[in-house]
Amino acid sequence: MERLQLTMTVLSLVLMFLVLYSVRRAHIRVEYSVSWLGAALALLLVSRSRALLEWLNGYLGLHEPAVALMMVVFGVFLVVFYRFSVIISDLKDSNIALTQRLAILEYRMRAERETGA
Amino acid sequence: MSTERSGDFLVLIPAFNEEGAIGQVIGEVKAAVPGARTLVVDDCSQDATRDRAAQAGAEVLSLPYHLGLGGCVQAGYKLAYELGYDYVIRVDGDGQHDPANIPAMLAALRESGCEMVIGSRYVNGPAGHTSPARGLGIRLFRWILRPILGRPVHDPTSGFVGVNRAALGVFSRSFPLEYPEIEALVVLQRKRFQFREIPCVMRPRVAGRSSITAFKSLYYVIHVLLGVFVNILKFEGRRARG
Repeated sequence: MERLQLTMTVLSLVLMFLVLYSVRRAHIRVEYSVSWLGAALALLLVSRSRALLEWLNGYLGLHEPAVALMMVVFGVFLVVFYRFSVIISDLKDSNIALTQRLAILEYRMRAERETGA
Repeated sequence: MSTERSGDFLVLIPAFNEEGAIGQVIGEVKAAVPGARTLVVDDCSQDATRDRAAQAGAEVLSLPYHLGLGGCVQAGYKLAYELGYDYVIRVDGDGQHDPANIPAMLAALRESGCEMVIGSRYVNGPAGHTSPARGLGIRLFRWILRPILGRPVHDPTSGFVGVNRAALGVFSRSFPLEYPEIEALVVLQRKRFQFREIPCVMRPRVAGRSSITAFKSLYYVIHVLLGVFVNILKFEGRRARG
């Protein structure tokens, strides 16, 4: 169990470093880094707090704190993926609307030019 | 090309890589409804669709990148709505829809007061060249849509449709992106709009291949089913259907 907790701690620190590095290199925008940093922080907290893990284990009725830890990991990433699905859907809608608007504006400009010529 | 409307209806032809068929389709439209304004919405084709359409005398709305059928059709609906058209008839760019049916569809739209008219292969019985898989899919969707629409629909996958200005307004704001025909019926039902089917004969494609391959068929069914049920969730109560 200690080894699993230690691995989780290292992974969450690596994730934090990776996200901050990506933000610094402008590979990830700040607003989208918040979800990942929140996830990394949640993992760090759970992996470092044995008492929290024991409480969660008892609350969920599990027999093994390692399973509780994995459930937290699964839940945290599920929330992050859901948030990004919402963002991607919103971006796609905006993209489609922009593409259509651009095409219509080009059409109208061409029509105006032809009418004026 | 003009930013003013001419006449009260527009023929809309969504096209993607249809250089082999688009010229013939436009020619047939012009022969069936002389003087009709014809708008080809080119979904960022990689072939000469755009040039062939312009050479054949159509106006072309060119999308800067590929949106798929729903986004492509909706772009045309948006432009038609902004130009003030009362009716839009959609004809596919692959030559499967016979433009000779356009006058009948237009007359049905004008006389019936329905918001949508569907050119149907099956309204007068089974069609000739539908594949068994597609026929099975159509029967499935007929069965699913019957209670949702409150009436039977014979050819829910037909893309040969005419809409009036009320439906045009709705579709220019909200239109399904992939495989839009079936979901569009549910969108109309949500608004308690009416549709009517008139008999049409569908022909084999003039050129090119269908975007719905055998491998995509299962995805098509799942996607459309999900789309239908998501649209049902948006229904504002079940009152006063039809």
